[in-house]
Amino acid sequence: MGELVAQKKSRQKNPLTQIILLILVGLFDVGAVWFIQNAWSHGFTQLIIIIGIITVMLNLIFLIPKAYPFRWMALGLSFLILFVIYPIIFTVYVAFTNYGDGHLLTKEQALPIIEKATYLPEEGKSYSWTAFKAESGDYALWLINDDGETFLGKPGEEIVPAKPGDSGIGEADSKGIPVSIEGYERLNGLIAATDKELPNIKFGLEGDQTIQIRSPSEAAELETRYQYDEATDTIVDQSNGDIYYNVDGTFSTRDGKTIKPGFRTVVGFKNFKDFTTSPALRGPLVRIIIWNFIFPTISVLSTFALGLTIAILFNDPDFPFKKLIQSLLIIPYTIPGLISIIIWRGMMNSEFGVINRILDGLIGWAPHWTTEPIWAQIAILIVNLWLGYPYFMLVASGALQSIPSDIYEASMIDGASGWQSFRRITLPLLLVAVGPLLIASYVFNFNNFNLIYLFISGGPPIVGASTQAGHTDILISYVYKLAFESGGRGVQYGLASAISIIVFFIVGAITLVQFRFTNMWEEVSENV
Amino acid sequence: MSSMTQSGPSLWGSQKFRKRFGVGVRLVIAVILIAFSVFPVLWIISASFDNSQSLASQKLIPVRAGLDNYRDLFGLNPDYKFGDLFYWKWLWNSVKIATISTVLSLSITTLAAYAFSRLRFAGRVAMLKGILLIQVFPNLLALVAIYLLIFQTGEIIPGLGLNSHAGLILVYLGGSMGMNIWLMKGFLDTIPRAIDESGMVDGASNFRIFWTLLLPLLRPILVVIGILSFIGIYGDFVLARILLNDVDKYTLMVGLQIFTAGQFDQKWGVFAAGALIGALPIMITYISLQDQIAGGLTAGSVKE
Repeated sequence: MGELVAQKKSRQKNPLTQIILLILVGLFDVGAVWFIQNAWSHGFTQLIIIIGIITVMLNLIFLIPKAYPFRWMALGLSFLILFVIYPIIFTVYVAFTNYGDGHLLTKEQALPIIEKATYLPEEGKSYSWTAFKAESGDYALWLINDDGETFLGKPGEEIVPAKPGDSGIGEADSKGIPVSIEGYERLNGLIAATDKELPNIKFGLEGDQTIQIRSPSEAAELETRYQYDEATDTIVDQSNGDIYYNVDGTFSTRDGKTIKPGFRTVVGFKNFKDFTTSPALRGPLVRIIIWNFIFPTISVLSTFALGLTIAILFNDPDFPFKKLIQSLLIIPYTIPGLISIIIWRGMMNSEFGVINRILDGLIGWAPHWTTEPIWAQIAILIVNLWLGYPYFMLVASGALQSIPSDIYEASMIDGASGWQSFRRITLPLLLVAVGPLLIASYVFNFNNFNLIYLFISGGPPIVGASTQAGHTDILISYVYKLAFESGGRGVQYGLASAISIIVFFIVGAITLVQFRFTNMWEEVSENV
Repeated sequence: MSSMTQSGPSLWGSQKFRKRFGVGVRLVIAVILIAFSVFPVLWIISASFDNSQSLASQKLIPVRAGLDNYRDLFGLNPDYKFGDLFYWKWLWNSVKIATISTVLSLSITTLAAYAFSRLRFAGRVAMLKGILLIQVFPNLLALVAIYLLIFQTGEIIPGLGLNSHAGLILVYLGGSMGMNIWLMKGFLDTIPRAIDESGMVDGASNFRIFWTLLLPLLRPILVVIGILSFIGIYGDFVLARILLNDVDKYTLMVGLQIFTAGQFDQKWGVFAAGALIGALPIMITYISLQDQIAGGLTAGSVKE
């Protein structure tokens, strides 16, 4: 440490800055250690690792003089690791686990819960009992074991040895049973034997010693039902000898009986395989994937075509009202997307929407935008055309202005028609410039969650799907529903993450094409 | 040759094409397109001033014009019963979160872009490419991890956990090392090195050069990136929806979305009023700065 400081002093001139820097790093480290300690006590392993990595990284950056350039991006790197890189790694990990409803706990958390389960053995330590009932409805049990020792049991409290005449306990009757217990009233044998609640009550402290009534004359100590064997990773049911094996995070018998709760565990490629093997999952997924390619394709083509047409029509610098027209046509782009989408949802409402009222008035028929699959898809495409064309209008008019005019003059001298010069000159030159943006737009629409989800939540629902899949769902909205909206099957982080990874590979492949289109790679290497 | 240059350097140089699509025809097309683009906005303006409130009876020119919807929106109508409305609170939350996030994220982006543009270090090119590649992984897919991260952080520091604006802002800052670094670096690269060198001669530190010489020159790109990122965060829905639980903590977008769920046709007028107020400032900013923003959108892709 001392050596480092000396080194820094020789490199930089201002020792005061160095001291302030060291103090700041020290303060940060104290905070980080405090945070990690707390995370430790909560058992947040991943959080500890990630904060630990960031702390070490920041220390290296600020204490090693050679790492100076990284000081400029220290904060940015920390946030990048925390909220971008770590979530990606986590998603990849979860995709190979069964994380989700029924498997939210770790094995260490689940086993104690399983081991708390008890059963009433047919034989074993037994007691004769007498019941007492308080006015509030609480019960107490006076117990005598085979050796004549007496105990007092209450639900949720430890069972304690007690004798008639102790404080709060009345004198014994002829059978050695107290006539009264303070706050309780003694029930006579018949009432106690017919009490419906009594046989279900567990007296004593759970996890310690609990006693339940087995018959009118007998109460017995409950025994732990499930015995976990670490060596074989199995559980034996003490009540009937069934053996439960650990099958992908659920203890199950060979004939399909299971113990709840299950726990989080790595299940390999199971989530990925489920798509191909489970018909209920596969059916909607194939539909969703097909639509997931149709939707961005049509969207990009239609928005680009309209945007380009507008840019060409009004490209003339001295076209009347050019500025006003452009300002009005750009409006869809200026409204926050969520608001636009909800407005369209209202306008396309099948019963009350303005569009259907107009159509109905004009031709006496209007499509059911929200309930018929094909019309729902068309509606989404119309809305996306409205949302998306101004972007390409802006981009295309910028690009058109950058095409040198002497090319057109040359083509006209050669006798080319307007259409010919458009097809042979404008379009190719434009595509070179706008191509990357087309692909970027494709990628954006491939994951256009907001539009799909906010319009009609991906609906109308696909009939017969075991998950909440809809006809306008794309993969990403499907993922969202799987992970966050517990439908019939409950939340399934594992499955959702697996689809996320599939999406990542699709989008990644498209993006690679984009990189080949652009000169971004070369730009980085240039030494400006 | 001279007659051709007169007709302007454009596609419209062709006489035949020009005749067919004269200015008149193009104006008609413009009107149709404008109708398509503006209709939803006109419709929402009309709905917001329509006292009948319901989706079904609304006409483009309100039959019963009035300010009832605005009264409902601002909580001036004690009888209103369709959902919780904390409109000003939502708007304030949105503006606060977007402003703080934008300022912080702009600072982070600019500092990092300076290093990428002006300093030379091992791993520079690899990191720039990496930043671009990471963007391929859509943010939404990582929601589960981000949710758990914020949840766990909140168990230790409650002020940064779920349902806190600070936690949400932190998550937004995760995006500062993204595409904007490329935009900013590209702009910095165009500023001549001679300016830096003049500062170095005077013995100024890197930070002093950045702060006093370069930062003032960055203003145009700072405005564009700032506005785009403000609008992006202001319009964000998913992250805010997942991380905020209480109705008075919502941002405007979350508030409006949840407000419109269920009995939508009954809430249409009030939604229209709220949507209009929420969208107007953004629309005005956008339209008045459209040329700068368009420049920012195409920077790096459209070759001049």
